[in-house]
Parts: sequence; structure tokens; C-alpha cells
Amino acid sequence: MDNIITKLENIGVPVKDDDRIENDLMKHIGAPGRGIKFWVFVLLIVILIGAFAYYRQLRYGLIVTAMRDYTSWGIYISNFVFFVAVSLVGSLVSSILRLSKATWAIPLNRISEIIAVAAIICASVTIIIDMGRPDRFFNIFIYGRIQSPIIWDVIIIGTYLVISLLLLFVSLLPDIAACRDKLRDIPKWQRRFYTYFAFNWKNKPVQFESLKKITAILGIMVIPVAFAIHTITSWLFATTWRPGWDSTNLGPYFVSGAFMVGTAIIIVAMYFIRKYLKLNEYITDRHFDNMSKLLVLLSLVYLYFNINEYLGPSFKMVGVEGEHITELFLGSYAPLYWFVQIVGLILPIIILVITPLRKPLPALIVSFLVIIGAWLKRFLIVIPSLQHPYLPIQDVDESYLHYNPTWEEWAITAATFAGALLIVTILIKIFPVLPIWEIKEERKAYKPEFK
Amino acid sequence: MEKHNSSLSERRNFLKLFAAGGIGAIALKNILSFFNVKFESGEKITALTPDGKLVSVLKSQVETHVHHPVTQKVAREGIPGKKFVLVVDLARCRNARKCIEACEEHHHLTPDRPFIKVLKVQDNPRSSPYWMPKKCFQCDNPPCVKVCPVGATFKRSDNIVLIDNERCIGCRFCMAACPYSARVFNWGEPKPVENYHEPYSPETSVPSRKGTVEKCDFCPDMLRENKLPPCITSCPNGVLFFGNALEDSVTNGSETFRLSKLLRDKAGYRYMDDLGTQPNVYYLPPVDRLFPFKEGDQPNS
Repeated sequence: MDNIITKLENIGVPVKDDDRIENDLMKHIGAPGRGIKFWVFVLLIVILIGAFAYYRQLRYGLIVTAMRDYTSWGIYISNFVFFVAVSLVGSLVSSILRLSKATWAIPLNRISEIIAVAAIICASVTIIIDMGRPDRFFNIFIYGRIQSPIIWDVIIIGTYLVISLLLLFVSLLPDIAACRDKLRDIPKWQRRFYTYFAFNWKNKPVQFESLKKITAILGIMVIPVAFAIHTITSWLFATTWRPGWDSTNLGPYFVSGAFMVGTAIIIVAMYFIRKYLKLNEYITDRHFDNMSKLLVLLSLVYLYFNINEYLGPSFKMVGVEGEHITELFLGSYAPLYWFVQIVGLILPIIILVITPLRKPLPALIVSFLVIIGAWLKRFLIVIPSLQHPYLPIQDVDESYLHYNPTWEEWAITAATFAGALLIVTILIKIFPVLPIWEIKEERKAYKPEFK
Repeated sequence: MEKHNSSLSERRNFLKLFAAGGIGAIALKNILSFFNVKFESGEKITALTPDGKLVSVLKSQVETHVHHPVTQKVAREGIPGKKFVLVVDLARCRNARKCIEACEEHHHLTPDRPFIKVLKVQDNPRSSPYWMPKKCFQCDNPPCVKVCPVGATFKRSDNIVLIDNERCIGCRFCMAACPYSARVFNWGEPKPVENYHEPYSPETSVPSRKGTVEKCDFCPDMLRENKLPPCITSCPNGVLFFGNALEDSVTNGSETFRLSKLLRDKAGYRYMDDLGTQPNVYYLPPVDRLFPFKEGDQPNS
């Protein structure tokens, strides 16, 4: 008996009744409280300010940004790369960890899928915001050239969005059905919503069987697509004739960085969901410990690719490539560069390698550092390279030499973050944020005598 | 602006002269209608019909031929029998900047985003710096065309790389891809063009449009009329030589050279040829210079 309980605690599943689990995981659904109303209100304000900034951009053109002919891509593109990176977390947790039979991560499946969907939607929105002619968006489909890496990106982002939505939705079915059957104090429209989207789910064994099959297929399918989505995003840079981007290392460098920031985002999400939905018994310290270990591992991989990315060019110091490296290591971008490398990469490894520090609060703080570092890292990948073209930048206005994003760019970028958080908030509010049926199943697997 | 307008009206006058002289074409409908109105009074002119007859017609009945920009389809194909090349003699450039001004007028540009830049280049610390006029290299293996997601920028049979600003989605991938930074973007509303009512053609690239990319295009609208681009003719020192590689000749307006001999004798080279872009702009090294190097006063040089 002791043995089984220990085992259960090890995998983070509490010894409880099915009903208790359902109650715990669905109690937050229903009429929104004061706190969440305020939170959504704040997010909407940020989105509105961003919408106003975008209106100005549509009206006056991209001149409202600080981008000019040399720095022709700015924080929109680095933000796009960031969101694509974040979206990879869906495949990491709900597919790679699932396939590697890391059952402790089961409660994190849905959180990661929700974040993946929100991030991929915001990435798509961000890339449209960057377009000089968003009114010609459909030219991509009318005149699309398969030879262009942008078209590869459009195709793979579309594919990844569809698979992520399917993965999220299919594994939600039994839980939507539970909401339909068990929730009493909800408005009529919400019950109708659950009834419709439960797709006549009746908890039959045959249904569960096909559900598991579909989830397994999608889980395997999503891995190459997830690798492709960020590798192709890296090719948007690697296929150009630019010092700093002209690297064969860029694909794995981007993918490893993406898994790292995704893990940090999951830790942040775990912390706040556990705190505000009072799920301490489901998201345990053990989860923080394990995710912190994972973060250390992925940070080490990313550190390796960072060294690989910068050592060769900085050893050779070839022409403009060398100037670019000097600018990063010692020039005007040096404070940002070393902040990202030390505070956003090396420090997290040092902190989280210490066992007593792999607790919720330190893990949360470290994760924030990782996320800030990851966003700034994308800035450092995109902008300094553009400012070091092969031919010297001469004969242009002073403003073309620097890039300091305008308030419109910051407002729009903040709005994309608010948008992602809003999508996550809404999905958490209307669906059980932990997969009830999977947790129940896990529990039965380890507790056969209570069946 | 003035210069452009005057060149436009010059062109109109020139073509009217063609019609009046009997070598311009008139539309068939005008000839047919002529028979209906031949008793009307009015000034008459002699014109050549498409089947080779000289006829006398009312001046009011003749449709004056103005140059119409070619259609999108024609603009994508290129001028047959041409392979345009540019040769820049670095020994002659003293940064007079007349090419930049002429280009600005011809393309209705604002000074902050010129198609032509004159860069101060110093190959190594011991060599003397020189001025390097730089425009689009019209590459045979153009990175910009490769990356364009919608085929808004394209390579033509006459070596020219053009942009269709009615198709461009403004993603600026081509600007990131171009290793020579040849492309400029309409970040805001472009300078309005007065008294211009012709339909848009990628060959004229008028009017410019907000949110689209532009660049030096070798002025195919001028080339269609067998005229040299304004940057060539405006250069006071004859730095820029333009021509058709198939005819193996280049000219700066006053001197004409055999292209192959010029490149052979003067060790012509292509800038950053090792990138594999295969430019169609050649440079002649700055040896035996016409002018000693003098610092210019352009911003941020």
C-alpha cells in the first residue's frame, strides 16, 4: 500500500476519487470572478492600444515604425520568431514527453497545447502586422511561389496550427462531455456549447480506444512538423546573403532555443494556474522539480548551439561577419548580448542545477529570466545582422543607422502578448485545464485494486 | 520633376511630328471615319496608313500617339534581343552626384531613399579610397527573385530585374536577401507625381506605392525608345557605360566601346562576384584616375 501511494505521489497523481478529481478540476469553470474580469479588462486595454497603433500603421504606412531601408525587419519579426518558438512547447510536452512515457507530465499536456495554439495564432497575426501591404495578403495564395521560404513557412504554420488544434480538441472531448454532464450552475448557452462540442461523446470504451489511437498518431505527426516549423523559420534568415545569418547551424540553434523558452513558459503557466485555480495537489513541487531539470537540460543544449554559432565566426573574424561579431561582443549591442547569454542562459543553468532551488518560486523567477532573454535573443538575431550588410551603410539619413522601436511597435508587440494571454485565459476558463480523463486513467493504472 | 515633365512633353511633340511627317501610325477607325467627315473644314495633315498609303486627313481626326507604358504581361518578358549591361569606370568618378539627381527626377524619388548610391570604398589601408557608384546589379542569379513569395519581383530576358508594385505584399524578404542593399522601401506615402495619367507598368514604376519595394530598374521605359537611362546621360565625367551585351558594345553617350575588349583591357570585374549572384554590372578598377580622391559632403560617409 505504501509502495503504491509513493508511486502515485511520484507521478504527481493524488489518491482521490474520480468525483473528487472532476470537482477539483472543473470548479473554476462558471461565472467569472472579480479577479479574472479585471485581468481580461487589462488585456483588452492593451489590445485596444495596440489596435490603435496598428490603425496608425495602416493609415501612414510602416513609416510609423523605426524600421528603415537597412534595418528593414524589426521587433515584429523578432516577436514572430519568439511566438513560433513558444508554440513548439505543445509538441515537447504533449508529444515528446508522452511518447517517452514520462507520465508525471500528463497534467501538463493541456496547458502546453493551449499555449501552443495561442502562440501560433499570435505568430500568424504578428507576421501579417509586419506586411507593408496586408490588403494583399491573398496574393500569397493567388501568386504563391513554392520556391520561396516564406511560402514554406505559410504551409508549415498552417499545418502546425491544424495539428495543434486537433491535438487540443480531440483530447478535450471526454472533458467537454464531463462539463456537459456534471456542471450544474452554468448558463444555458454554455451548456449548449458543451453539448455541441462534446460531439456526442458517451465515455464508451470504443470511443476511448479511437481517441487514444488518434492522439498517438497526432502526437507522432506533430514532432516532425514542430521541428520543421522552427527550422523553416530559421531558413527565412539562413537562405539570405547576410553575415550573421549565413549559417548551417541556424536550424537546430533555433529549435533548441524554442524548446528551452517553451519549458520556461510552462513553468510560469504551472505556477499561476496552480496558484489561482488552487491545484496544488495536481501540480506538485515534483512537477516544478522535473520541469526545472528539463529546463537545465534544454538550456545546456542551447548553450552548446550558441557556442557553435558564435565560436567559428569570432575565431576567424572574416570581414563584415567579424564587424558584426565585434558589435555584439564589444560594441553597442554588447550589454544586451551579454545579458542574454549570462542572465538568460548561463545563470538559469547554475541556479536550477542546485536541488533546493528547484522549487516553484525560484523556478518561476528563473523562467522569467529565460523568457526575457529569449525575446531579446530574437532581437539580437534579427536586427544587428541587418545593420551589417556587405556594402557599407553610407549616403543615407542618420535615422537609417540606428533602430530604436517606436511606441507603435512596442504597443503592437505588447498587444500580441496580451492576445496570447487572452486566448490562454479564455480557454482555461471554459475548459478543464488539466486533462481529467487522463489523470483518472493514470490513477487506475497504478491502483488496480480500487477499480 | 520639371525635367521629367519636359521630357514627357518633348516625347509627345516628337511623336506628333512623326504623325505629321507621315511616318506615324493612325488607328484604322480614324481612316474609316475620315471618309464620313471629309467635307468638313479644318486643317489637314498627311499621314501614312498601316497599308503604306499616304492620305490627307483632318488633324482633329488623328489620334496622337503617346507612349503608353507596356502591359504587365509584356513588362514581365523583357525587350527581345537585348542583354543589358552596365560598366562603371571607377577611374572617372569624382562623386559629382549628377546620376543620383537625374535618377531622383526620373523616378520621382525623395532624397532619403535613392536608387543609386555613391559609396566611399577603400580596399585596404594602404590603397587610396575611391568613389563607387552603386545601383541594382540586375543579377543573373538574383537572390531577391529567389525569395519573393509572390513573384512580384522577376527576372526578364533582357537581364533586367523588375518589381511589380501592384503585386508586392511588402514582406521585405527581398531587401534582406539582397547582398548589395540595392532595394528601398516606401515606408510612408510616396512623393505624389503631378500631371501623370498613364496606367501603371512595372517598366515605368510610376506611381510608387506605399508599402512596396522599389529599386534601380535600368529605366526600361527609356530603353524601349532606344534612349539611354538618365543616370548615364547626366554623368559629367562619362563614368557609366550602358549597352547590349549581345551587340558587345557599351556607351556613355559620347564614347562607345566594345564591351569584351573594354573588360579585357581594363581588367573589368564584378563586385563580390564570389557570392554567385552573377551581376550584370561591371566595374573597371580605379587606376590612372581622372581626379584625385576628395571627401564628399554627403551624409554619413
